[in-house]
Amino acid sequence: MATVKLSSPATGLLAGGRTRRSAPARRATVIRAAAGSYADELVSTAKSVASPGRGILAIDESNATCGKRLSSIGLDNTEANRQAYRQLLLTTAGLGEYISGAILFEETLYQSTTDGKKFVDCLKDQNIMPGIKVDKGLVPLPGSNNESWCQGLDGLASRCAEYYKQGARFAKWRTVVSIPCGPSALAVKEAAWGLARYAAIAQDNGLVPIVEPEILLDGDHGIDRTLEVAEKVWSEVFFYLAQNNVLFEGILLKPSMVTPGAEHKEKASPETIAKYTLTMLRRRVPPAVPGIMFLSGGQSEVEATLNLNAMNQSPNPWHVSFSYARALQNSVLKTWQGRPENMEAAQKALLVRAKANSLAQLGRYTGEGESDDAKKGMFQKGYTY
Amino acid sequence: MASATLLKSSFLPKKGEWGTTRQAAGPKPVTVSMVVHASAYADELVQTAKTISSPGRGIIAMDESNATIGKRLASIGLENTEANRQAYRTVLVRTPGLGQYISGAILFEETLYQSTVDGEKIVDVLVDQGIVPGIKVDKGLVPLAGSNNESWCQGLDGLASREAAYYQAGARFAKWRTVVSIPTGPSELAVKEAAWGLARYAAISQENGLVPIVEPEILLDGDHGIKRTFEVAQKVWAETFYYLAQNNVLFEGILLKPSMVTPGADCKEKATPEQIAHYTLKLLHRRVPPAVPGILFLSGGQSEVEATLNLNAMNQSPNPWHVSFSYARALQNSCLKTWAGRPENVKAAQNALLLRAKANSLAQLGKYSSDGEDAAAREGMYVKNYSY
Repeated sequence: MATVKLSSPATGLLAGGRTRRSAPARRATVIRAAAGSYADELVSTAKSVASPGRGILAIDESNATCGKRLSSIGLDNTEANRQAYRQLLLTTAGLGEYISGAILFEETLYQSTTDGKKFVDCLKDQNIMPGIKVDKGLVPLPGSNNESWCQGLDGLASRCAEYYKQGARFAKWRTVVSIPCGPSALAVKEAAWGLARYAAIAQDNGLVPIVEPEILLDGDHGIDRTLEVAEKVWSEVFFYLAQNNVLFEGILLKPSMVTPGAEHKEKASPETIAKYTLTMLRRRVPPAVPGIMFLSGGQSEVEATLNLNAMNQSPNPWHVSFSYARALQNSVLKTWQGRPENMEAAQKALLVRAKANSLAQLGRYTGEGESDDAKKGMFQKGYTY
Repeated sequence: MASATLLKSSFLPKKGEWGTTRQAAGPKPVTVSMVVHASAYADELVQTAKTISSPGRGIIAMDESNATIGKRLASIGLENTEANRQAYRTVLVRTPGLGQYISGAILFEETLYQSTVDGEKIVDVLVDQGIVPGIKVDKGLVPLAGSNNESWCQGLDGLASREAAYYQAGARFAKWRTVVSIPTGPSELAVKEAAWGLARYAAISQENGLVPIVEPEILLDGDHGIKRTFEVAQKVWAETFYYLAQNNVLFEGILLKPSMVTPGADCKEKATPEQIAHYTLKLLHRRVPPAVPGILFLSGGQSEVEATLNLNAMNQSPNPWHVSFSYARALQNSCLKTWAGRPENVKAAQNALLLRAKANSLAQLGKYSSDGEDAAAREGMYVKNYSY
């Protein structure tokens, strides 16, 4: 006769810390990484963008924002003018020596030069990866302390699939965190979760996601407070990225540097900014992430370059580089003034800034010969991107 | 008129609010300035962690509870008396030149307060050898209510004062071992409890001057393949680091003690050292920020030679953290058997310990070769449902 051994709660207690062998039949759950079939391509795209001596040119200004740039040099915000300006930038010969990726606005992804050559092809010919802004902008976050959240998840999958077909290979999504407003736990959680969901969807559709939670420069807080907030934000971001099974070898980061607030009494030197920023990165970024491309967020062209240079004085476990918009374009725009006869000089100005930042990525920038204009800060309070 | 006002003040967002980052109007936000309290011991913690993580060195784990050390002594025919425990630990800590390969020693409470058989405090002997004394601070595993027959690690009650006293006695790092079981899930609950317990222990340790070794052991038990282990390990470490951050633990002042990523003990397919290194390094690259100075692997039932080979495979190219060992059985097994409780065997036993310590030191440097290892060192030490 078979004796049946009854298991009682008491047995469990007596067994102490041992794990019991009688486990219920488990169906093995196979977790499919978000990257799916694009895994290899994502990894090689990310590696290409994160190549030594190179960084990203961010030219994904929305039409409204691009309009502000154009009007600052007296031009109307027409499609022709936007095309002319982007053409100037993207046909700069030799740009690919310093630039590994260009973030485009949707309109630009589908545009061509006046000769009819697709912009994405101009980029590919220079070994510059085309990227695309995929978020749908910031809106007020209910229940928060006047903070914002970034929308764009609806229809994101099909949007990304279309962009991939058109030639994009990486995506960008910018959310913000405001220190004067807290930030509230809610705002940080929403920012981090949104980024993680976007990243998983982007990878699923062949695009390397750039993960950008910008901690705004606005405020009078000191650099220690920025470090504290940055550590909180990135801890949350990485936790949710992991929960969403995002492939870390196929993402790029776009953080803000750790600096004092714009209205803080004490300015920080590039060395101090580098020290705080690297401390933050070392505490939060696993080495599987191939590249960290900083935003310039209102710093002057020279400041942005000096700070990046200071961060590259010794080897880092990830590529530490730039993804600059204003800090690469400001001088270009002013030189061009919308006039065809200035195009060559404007393209030269772009190369000067691109090369400076390339040197900074290699830790070899010296700052000799920089113009006064390049040193002017570009911070705007309450800046709407 | 009232109704007109009601219509005007609708719940629809005002046009100006869309697409802007901040509202100029509205209640002034109250800023809470939070000073993150850094431990007074911050500098010392960083220094201690760095010292333990020095090239070519690792940890000897000799923190077996009295019950467990009793099993070891019984295996060589000795009774589990304090004198025998003292004798055995004396053999270990008095090994000449041990500090060349060993940077830290984890002790059980009794040992922290013990002296060698010749009357010198064990902590002093260790410090003279250049070995940092550490202390096990957890209070063991007990069943986790509401889980799938899983365990949790207790020990937070009174931990602060316990650790303050251990610091006084000369300890400079702590160890807390919790477990995760793959055959039983692991359940979300078990993983969360393991990670949260570790994070709380780590914060309390740093507060009291001890570098916390963070050890969530993913047990070898089970027939799962290496990919499943990898999946679980990623989950466990993501949660652990998240809670460490929430508890404001100083990452430059901790050490990790993970299990290597291997197939389960009952899995049909064995894995080579290269495969184990591949998966384990991938896990580390995806989960461990470079601020963490050292990762010291547990051996968990591997044979002495396996444990060394696997460590060696992980050090074939530079890593962003010190990748080393914190072995108990994989360092002590041969030594124990050689000693067999006899004074005349002490020298030979100590040589056996040095042999293993040096082998693992070479493995830490990526320069180990298993030629010349004997059969006994190759024997696996896996025990099903092993109770530590």
